[in-house]
Amino acid sequence: MLVVEDVRFSYPSGVEALKGVSLTVKDGEFVAIMGQNGAGKTTLVKHFNGLLKPSSGSVRVNGVETKKTSVATLARNVGFVFQNPDHQLFSETVDAEIAFALKNFGYEADVIEKRITWAVNLLGLTQYRKTSPFMLSGGERKRVALASVLAWDPQILILDEPTIGQDHRQKENLRQFIMQMQTQGKTIVIVTHDVEFVAECNPRVMLMREGKIVGDGAGKDILTNPELLEQSSIVLPQIAQVFTRLTSLGYPKNIIDLYEARDLLIEKLEKRRR
Amino acid sequence: MSVFDGLKFRKVYSPIHNLDPRIKFIYVLAVFVAAIIFSAIIPLVVLFIMQLPFVLLARVQKQWIRSLRGALFLALFIFVINVATNFFSNGYVLTALNVENAAAMTLRFVVLVESFSVFFLTTSPDHLGLALEQSRVPYEFSFAFTTAVRFVPVLAEEAQTIMDAQKARGLELEKGNFLKRIRNYVPVLIPLIVSAIRRSLELAEAMESRAWGATKNRTNLYALKLHRGDFVLLAVTVGVLVLTVYAFFYVHVPTLSHLFGFA
Repeated sequence: MLVVEDVRFSYPSGVEALKGVSLTVKDGEFVAIMGQNGAGKTTLVKHFNGLLKPSSGSVRVNGVETKKTSVATLARNVGFVFQNPDHQLFSETVDAEIAFALKNFGYEADVIEKRITWAVNLLGLTQYRKTSPFMLSGGERKRVALASVLAWDPQILILDEPTIGQDHRQKENLRQFIMQMQTQGKTIVIVTHDVEFVAECNPRVMLMREGKIVGDGAGKDILTNPELLEQSSIVLPQIAQVFTRLTSLGYPKNIIDLYEARDLLIEKLEKRRR
Repeated sequence: MSVFDGLKFRKVYSPIHNLDPRIKFIYVLAVFVAAIIFSAIIPLVVLFIMQLPFVLLARVQKQWIRSLRGALFLALFIFVINVATNFFSNGYVLTALNVENAAAMTLRFVVLVESFSVFFLTTSPDHLGLALEQSRVPYEFSFAFTTAVRFVPVLAEEAQTIMDAQKARGLELEKGNFLKRIRNYVPVLIPLIVSAIRRSLELAEAMESRAWGATKNRTNLYALKLHRGDFVLLAVTVGVLVLTVYAFFYVHVPTLSHLFGFA
């Protein structure tokens, strides 16, 4: 359980990045944080594992106040995968890369071995175990970074821009992977600009603007609200763009799911043909 | 990254910012030489105070103080080492003169940091590059230099991100003894170096695709010219040098301890 209460945060340069943010993420929830560049999304999620401490207000992870706890302690429960994998890869092999965090947390050698095997299998990296991470492609490096965090099996998983630089198939894999994590009861928070990806996943969506949360609700309600999205420089998902125009024909407005849209259209069109 | 902040240029218009970087650099060098030549505290205090009008005129006090704060740790270190070596080599006696000399050595360091900080705070990388170019430094070198200067803040920011990413994987930079602490930085340094190399290669390709180096004789939109203020600064610089040399050969600079009768 992640509880954020009236958090304000200013960078040393004086920029106030968060201007009173309050939210609660329950265990097992899947949340997408969206908003334009500079809205404070990354600043907010960096509070979840204590990388940043609030200037005022409080952040509690499973009841633990982040202000009084080290990142290393919080990180055991909160896994954070950064946007750019090149900001964390440094080891000679993928194995060593994944082992890094496990060693930091003081796991035994045989447990480390098991965890690595589990993580590389999960992300399809088995054939690269002895390869240098620097020799891998961008998408593969991103998966290594993800594996290196998943290996210690954190309860809460934060993904900063996970879809950037991924082709369609990898995105689909990522989506299925997130769903799988969700069925295991993991809490997942993603920060993203990728409206189509969010529309496909249909999580709870939080919309940020200028350091505040301006929208919070089910994906199909937030992503079909043109006024709200317009202010955050987000374009409606393609399906929503179609269906907001079809309301006069008696279609519901808040549709973002491809399959739901298809079924609706087939049903209506077949009715008309008869 | 407070030390880097003290060297980061921000665009402000002031009489000091408009000075010719070449003259400013000669001035900084003169201060540098003077600070090295004198080891007594009084001239070093004078040198320290001499920089203050520049800082105030350029309105960079905030950043300047921040850069001094960044140097504080090293300054303290120099002071302690000096006092300690005097203490041990004197047969475990500490005189007022010893402390004064240690303070002078520290002040020398502070003066060096201070004058360089003023220089970099008030000189844009572009002007610096122009100055190098007009001093007949080949364009390849002056370009490499300005690019390096320009990328310092970018790299500092990137180092911060990398530190965050590794901390999120349980790295504790402050843990362990001295050697262990140095080793703790390996996971930060390797990604930093790799990404710097990658970035430089990308930059090279981007530059070549925009025909970098296509013409042999480049011309500049702006050329540096000397103005009245530059000649004034040049006069001050010459004055500093003449005074320094004169004082070095003909004046016995008294120490505070002697003046106030502690020694």
